[in-house]
Amino acid sequence: MKPRSTFVHVICATGLCLASAAATAADTIKVGVLHSLSGTMAISETTLKDTMLMLVEQQNAKGGLLGKELEAVVVDPASDWPLFAEKARELIEVNEVDAVFGAWTSVSRKSVLPVFEELNSLLFYPVQYEGEESSKNVFYTGAAPNQQAIPAVDYLEEEVGVERWILAGTDYVYPRTTNKILEAYLLDKGVAAEDIMINYTPFGHSDWQSIVSDIKKFGSTGKKTAVVSTINGDANVPFYKELGTQGVSAEDIPVIAFSVGEEELSGIDTAPLVGHLAAWNYFMSVETDENDEFIEGWHKFIGTDERVTNDPMEAHYLGFNMWVKAVEKAGTTDPDAVQAAIIGVSVPNLTGGLSSMLPNHHITKPVLIGEIQDDGQFDVVSETDGLVAGDAWSDFLPDSKDIVADWRKPMMCGNYNVKTGKCSGQNL
Amino acid sequence: MRSTDKSSILKLHPNILLGSKAHLTIVLTIFAQLFFLPFNALAQENTDNAVILEIAPKLSDKKTRNSALEQLIASDAPMSREWLIALLDGVLYLRKSDSLPVFAEKKGKSFKIVNASNGNHEGEAGRREVSKIKINNAIRGKLRAAIASISLKDDDVEVRLQAVKTMTRSLNDSDLAAISEYLPEESDKRVQKAMQLALNLADLSDADDQIIIDAVNAIGINTDDTVTQKLRELSTQTEAPEVANAASESLTVIEKRISLYEKIETLFFGLSLGSVLAMAAIGLAITFGVMGVINMAHGEMIMLGAYTTWAIQTVLPAFIEYSLFIAVPAAFLVAFMVGMIIEILVIRHLYGRPLETLLATFGISLILQQTVRTLISPQNVPVSNPAWMSGLWEIDPALSLAINRVVIFFFCLFIFFTLMWLLKYTNFGLKVRAVSQNRQMARALGAKSGSIDALTFGLGAGIAGVAGVALTQLSNVGPNMGQAYIVDSFMVVVFGGVGNLWGTLLAGLSLGVFNKLLEPWAGAVVAKIVVLVFIIMFIQKYPKGLFPQKGRAAGD
Repeated sequence: MKPRSTFVHVICATGLCLASAAATAADTIKVGVLHSLSGTMAISETTLKDTMLMLVEQQNAKGGLLGKELEAVVVDPASDWPLFAEKARELIEVNEVDAVFGAWTSVSRKSVLPVFEELNSLLFYPVQYEGEESSKNVFYTGAAPNQQAIPAVDYLEEEVGVERWILAGTDYVYPRTTNKILEAYLLDKGVAAEDIMINYTPFGHSDWQSIVSDIKKFGSTGKKTAVVSTINGDANVPFYKELGTQGVSAEDIPVIAFSVGEEELSGIDTAPLVGHLAAWNYFMSVETDENDEFIEGWHKFIGTDERVTNDPMEAHYLGFNMWVKAVEKAGTTDPDAVQAAIIGVSVPNLTGGLSSMLPNHHITKPVLIGEIQDDGQFDVVSETDGLVAGDAWSDFLPDSKDIVADWRKPMMCGNYNVKTGKCSGQNL
Repeated sequence: MRSTDKSSILKLHPNILLGSKAHLTIVLTIFAQLFFLPFNALAQENTDNAVILEIAPKLSDKKTRNSALEQLIASDAPMSREWLIALLDGVLYLRKSDSLPVFAEKKGKSFKIVNASNGNHEGEAGRREVSKIKINNAIRGKLRAAIASISLKDDDVEVRLQAVKTMTRSLNDSDLAAISEYLPEESDKRVQKAMQLALNLADLSDADDQIIIDAVNAIGINTDDTVTQKLRELSTQTEAPEVANAASESLTVIEKRISLYEKIETLFFGLSLGSVLAMAAIGLAITFGVMGVINMAHGEMIMLGAYTTWAIQTVLPAFIEYSLFIAVPAAFLVAFMVGMIIEILVIRHLYGRPLETLLATFGISLILQQTVRTLISPQNVPVSNPAWMSGLWEIDPALSLAINRVVIFFFCLFIFFTLMWLLKYTNFGLKVRAVSQNRQMARALGAKSGSIDALTFGLGAGIAGVAGVALTQLSNVGPNMGQAYIVDSFMVVVFGGVGNLWGTLLAGLSLGVFNKLLEPWAGAVVAKIVVLVFIIMFIQKYPKGLFPQKGRAAGD
């Protein structure tokens, strides 16, 4: 690091560095926004960037934080995983942000994780993910598998009477891990192995003819069959189109998706999808005062009331409010102080409850199951009784069932084996 | 009770049970007919409809809706069928101010509402003034079954056929009674057959062994799911050996038939995938194959064509059915112009420098993607399928082909042969071939190689744009869509033999079929890898592809 620090000194000697750093650090608290604005993930992440800008604007209208104005620093990691790490470093080191809100895919989170741990900064990650992770520096405000996948399967089994399962996913870490957990869970419940079909497809898969035909065949035995879909992003549209074309209706074989929300539906003709399901922790159609206010604020900010809201947006809303509350509680934006203060912080969620930050850096959330309507919205058909606590390490995988995460003293460990009493670092 | 006016309401759209595609039309039909309904006829029926008026608020409450639905289905009020259909189509609303049930049609940001009990116009209502009576899958199933049992006497053959099919899936005594009642009056052969099958299926559950065996024989070879399920049950669970034998014999024949159909289906899937690959690649076969330009922005030309389709549907929302016919020439023109501009501004200056061309066109592809993202939206945009291109062409219960795929297959052949004709039999085609074979000699003979290059590149781009129109019917339309096709397109062109159009077509089709043959046992991911490995090995052995250029055309 020698050459670089000399370089920094040279720059600073010119007087530029000192002046700019001193001027901004004094009056504003900086919040980093690390979402792709170009490349393949821009489709989902651009909205989250706008959400963060809105939240910062709204907080400033309320008087800022600790008497200071908040300032959002937006960078574009361009859907390029190594660039995520570079941009994260830039945000923390160059822009000196106090917390970062960002990332979407698991691989981008894994790519920035070492940066946040090395530089001891905070990352709020807003997307549902596969679990099996808990870092001191990351707060997971999206759903863990037990807050989405497991309740979804329970709903199908108990309310719809499903006996045969197709676990279909895109071939990468989130679907693979989720399906591993679901398979273990279903076998545990007594579902026969031949009643489970697992299918993976490449990213952006567009030719679903044979797979949908297989699904039809698998579902034609007379036993109620359902598809649990962890199909990601762009591959969903041709998948649902093919289901519609081959006449697979939601009454025959319902598809429950974990990655299809209001935003994804806004790009397609939803007529053939009516009745298919999704499991999330938030739907735009939920009728609460908080949600009405949020939607109104969003439409005002974005300048059109055509735009929808979705689950990861609510996750950012929760994460941002929790961070604000923790900073107020700690009286400083120092990462260690915020990390200690944020555990136990509760903020109202948009579905009419209070979500709180757990010691394992996940949060409590309600789980909602919705059916797709012809207007691209979801109608909630089932809701968990109370809030579900996010579980970092799945209880259904043999490797992780004895592992817990607790970032309070004295344990301070993201990967603690209760059997052996050992802490194996932050992650496996 | 039923006046002639009333029966006109009941004459609904033929495709009532065919699925949601047809629903919009049904809804419109209900509306149109309600509006033209004379009021005296309705006034007379108000009293009967009073029953369902009470049901409406209960339907919107999750706790009472199941019992309310039973009540509605059981009710013989004249409007009950309209209600069931409206409920299924999601057009039954409650006006919030006075809980009046209304049929609502979305009109811009508000709803045009019609009193659901007497057909009176109630004017318009804002989005927040009405609330939809929501239903779930369980209710949808019940509704379909209920509508089916009152559709057996419908005037439309398709409605009756679909009604019988819906009933066959879960037969109950009242349905069977209705079917045997209407069978003698039925005039259409297909409906008769479906009704007979339903009755035979019911006989399979009879207590008398002889009746079962007769029914098995009467059913014969039928590949319907319900038949195979029932026969499978009989062949394993029945105590009487004659019954089990008859069932399993019949089942063996049926399963053989099904597996034959499965093979045909796989072949069709393969050809369909192949036609998509070939179509995406034909444009590239011109720019890369004939001109030798490595055009990384080829996928974005496809994207431009797709966005043109979207733009046309957005500008002309009333002409969705014909939008593709306008979109094909429009997309060709748009992509053609963009292609020409790219050629004149960039590629022209880079001939003979393939690496620089590759980098420059890659840059252009990124610029085009981001332009669309910034100007239109980073989200996908919706493109509707016209009704004539949706649905299935059912050859047999076990074999049905998607109409859009059949159309696209022939469209691919159409593009291909048009292009062949253009290159072979027109003056322009002659010049293109001359320039691509020997630039100096062609120039010496008076061909303006500069303008020909620009036109050829534009042609390749234009054809990619036309392919984009077809792809809107299968896949999403978004800024990234071109990326999905660029690698596959190069693969097809290289495999087929650079510079050979026939090679491109055959390579596309054979790779499609190969892929689909592998998929069932290898999975989609491995199938893709195997295809790539196969191509690498093939190119090692035959570097010039399936159909290498020979003689002077080979150039080097």
